[in-house]
Amino acid sequence: MSLSYLLEQTLNGITLGGLYALVALGYTLVYGILLMINFAHSELFMLGGYVGLGVLKLLSDPAVAEATGLGFLEPIQTFFLSGTFGFVMLIAVTFAVSAVVVGILGMFIERFAYRPLRHAPRLAPLISAIGVSIFLQNAVLLWIDSKQLPYTRADGSAFVQAQTAFNVGGVEVSTMQIFIIATSLILLALLDTFVSKTRIGRAMRATSQDREAAGLMGVDINSVIALAFFIGPALGAIAGVFNGMYYGSVKFNMGFIPGIKSFTAAVIGGIGNLRGAMLGGFLLGIVESLASGFVSNAYRDVIAFIVLILVLIFRPGGLLGEAVAEKV
Amino acid sequence: MENTATANKPINGPKAATRKKWLLYAALAAVLIIVPVVFQAATGLGFLVRILVVVGIWVLLALGLNIVVGYAGLLDLGYIAFYAMGAYAGVLLGQSVSDVLGGATYWAMLVPAAIAGAVTGLALGFPVLRLRGDYLAIVTLGFGEIVRICLNNNIFGLTNGANGLPQGSDQLIPPFGAIWLQDNVRFETPIGQFVFSQNLFWYFIVVALCIGAIIIIKRLDDSRLGRAWVAMRENEVAAAACGVNIMTQKLWAFSLGALSGGVAGITFAYVQQFISPESFTFMESVFVVCIIVLGGMGSIPGVIVGALLIRGIPDLIQGLAVAGVLKLPGEAISMITGYRFLVFGLLMVVMMAVRPQGFIPSSRRARELNPDDDGILADEDQSLWDLEHREQSSAHNP
Repeated sequence: MSLSYLLEQTLNGITLGGLYALVALGYTLVYGILLMINFAHSELFMLGGYVGLGVLKLLSDPAVAEATGLGFLEPIQTFFLSGTFGFVMLIAVTFAVSAVVVGILGMFIERFAYRPLRHAPRLAPLISAIGVSIFLQNAVLLWIDSKQLPYTRADGSAFVQAQTAFNVGGVEVSTMQIFIIATSLILLALLDTFVSKTRIGRAMRATSQDREAAGLMGVDINSVIALAFFIGPALGAIAGVFNGMYYGSVKFNMGFIPGIKSFTAAVIGGIGNLRGAMLGGFLLGIVESLASGFVSNAYRDVIAFIVLILVLIFRPGGLLGEAVAEKV
Repeated sequence: MENTATANKPINGPKAATRKKWLLYAALAAVLIIVPVVFQAATGLGFLVRILVVVGIWVLLALGLNIVVGYAGLLDLGYIAFYAMGAYAGVLLGQSVSDVLGGATYWAMLVPAAIAGAVTGLALGFPVLRLRGDYLAIVTLGFGEIVRICLNNNIFGLTNGANGLPQGSDQLIPPFGAIWLQDNVRFETPIGQFVFSQNLFWYFIVVALCIGAIIIIKRLDDSRLGRAWVAMRENEVAAAACGVNIMTQKLWAFSLGALSGGVAGITFAYVQQFISPESFTFMESVFVVCIIVLGGMGSIPGVIVGALLIRGIPDLIQGLAVAGVLKLPGEAISMITGYRFLVFGLLMVVMMAVRPQGFIPSSRRARELNPDDDGILADEDQSLWDLEHREQSSAHNP
């Protein structure tokens, strides 16, 4: 139990926390506006991983492009496979496509599963969301694969090599970790600026405070809600791609546990509060990582769930307080 | 003459209604007894009795959860944890006393299993029932996962991890009479040989348990407690203002529901002769919620029909196909088993939009799920939690 082990676990925790924070933002955005737990969000995270894998394969594996009848992609593949610039572009395109596809799917789900229930009791959209979640999970299981799919290139090597980039005082830091932490921090900062500085962001904040009053002031409520259902799943999808690259595989049920944990993160920070979700994500990641390193790896999920229960009992408003206006 | 006829009507009316009711019950009892016996006797249809046993256990589970979701209006997504607690507590305790009790073990273990369920329900309910509805759903889900992971990790060296119980060559002793009936009650019928199989024996036990549960729940529904549940579900704040102790009523609902889960758990363990954490996943919890939502929240016939549809039909089609009665290609069979969750997911979404009260709704619950206007809706959705926390936050920032 040396200091470097402690630091290493903390670093793993921060990496994990970055992923949780990205997913937690989706929960907190939707909850802030609709007061509803988007239970299907964890499945959108999972789908992000799958879409990302599909794009990566299409753009880098000639055999896959051939098999899907998209052989004309081959010159593009040559570009993506040549040199560092091509590689960076490949990764960037993967993230962008995955985010957009899953974001549109999120809007689609809102339109057909949640919007008809906007004037129903609170339980109804929650049950509907559980239905969507079960549907998506089984759709992937039945129509894609029931087994784990490796997140690898045609030759079986990882897309982003997880080799050690630095060795700071005995603590190994991998490229992948830096990549995840840096990207999540940048995205979080962008979203925070977007919501607090722009006109659309102000409309979102107004809607979350009082939907009806915001509507009377000329805010188009439906498009604000649709936007929240685009941004949240898009960030979740990016986390899903990262998750696939970091752990090396995707599976149809991979969203469930991280989904619950990210919801925990959102609650820790104060659900409805964007900065709270980020803080909660990193805190939960670190706690979980330290607990798995020093207490028990087999019970790491249990520890996360216990944290959730404790937070809800003792500080249900979260660390940064509740930004949601309760309607009476 | 006309006058006497109309005068007699109100006196005769209720009597006739009572007679009709008893006739209906008698007919129902006859169906419940004759149908499985015919299945058992008919060559090649014995598997249907087994399906009925499984459906019966799920009816019991759903009846229990219906108290929590349907009557008290609390969404519990970790209900399967109580089922697991009943099963594991019953089997573990039963193994240590089975040498003495023999065939009475199952009967004796019904009580500890029920207590294990109820106590777990209380232990979980006490801290978390103060929470708002959707938070409660997530916390119970987390709790269900905690229980499953602990069982899977062989906690305290008791549960044998993923390999399940009973360990090695140990076996659960069938209840008294099951073996004797199987060995001695058999005769030829025109449709095949009738054997009083263990499945049939279990069928009668499960039906008896379900009927017992239904009677108790019906009585509860008409009692002070049942009225308190309805009041609390429809408007928590108003109920509290009228003197309903919200916390106590919620705890009653939670622990009574959990008790039923515990009984279902030990019965499942003895029917199956084996339990492992695989039987207690989150999907199983969702299964029970599905039964209630599709059948009709708060409605006993709805729950029974829901269990028959959701649990029975896929098994039935599969069983018929395997038995060769139904000519289906192998692909179609695996499609039915594979696609059922997909269909359930879709059904939940569609039902919530089209018919949130379920197939056979309870009339009160139906009206509540289709509120007249948003004002009523807001009143009904509000929980004490909201009020308390509003006061707290306004105390902090005046």
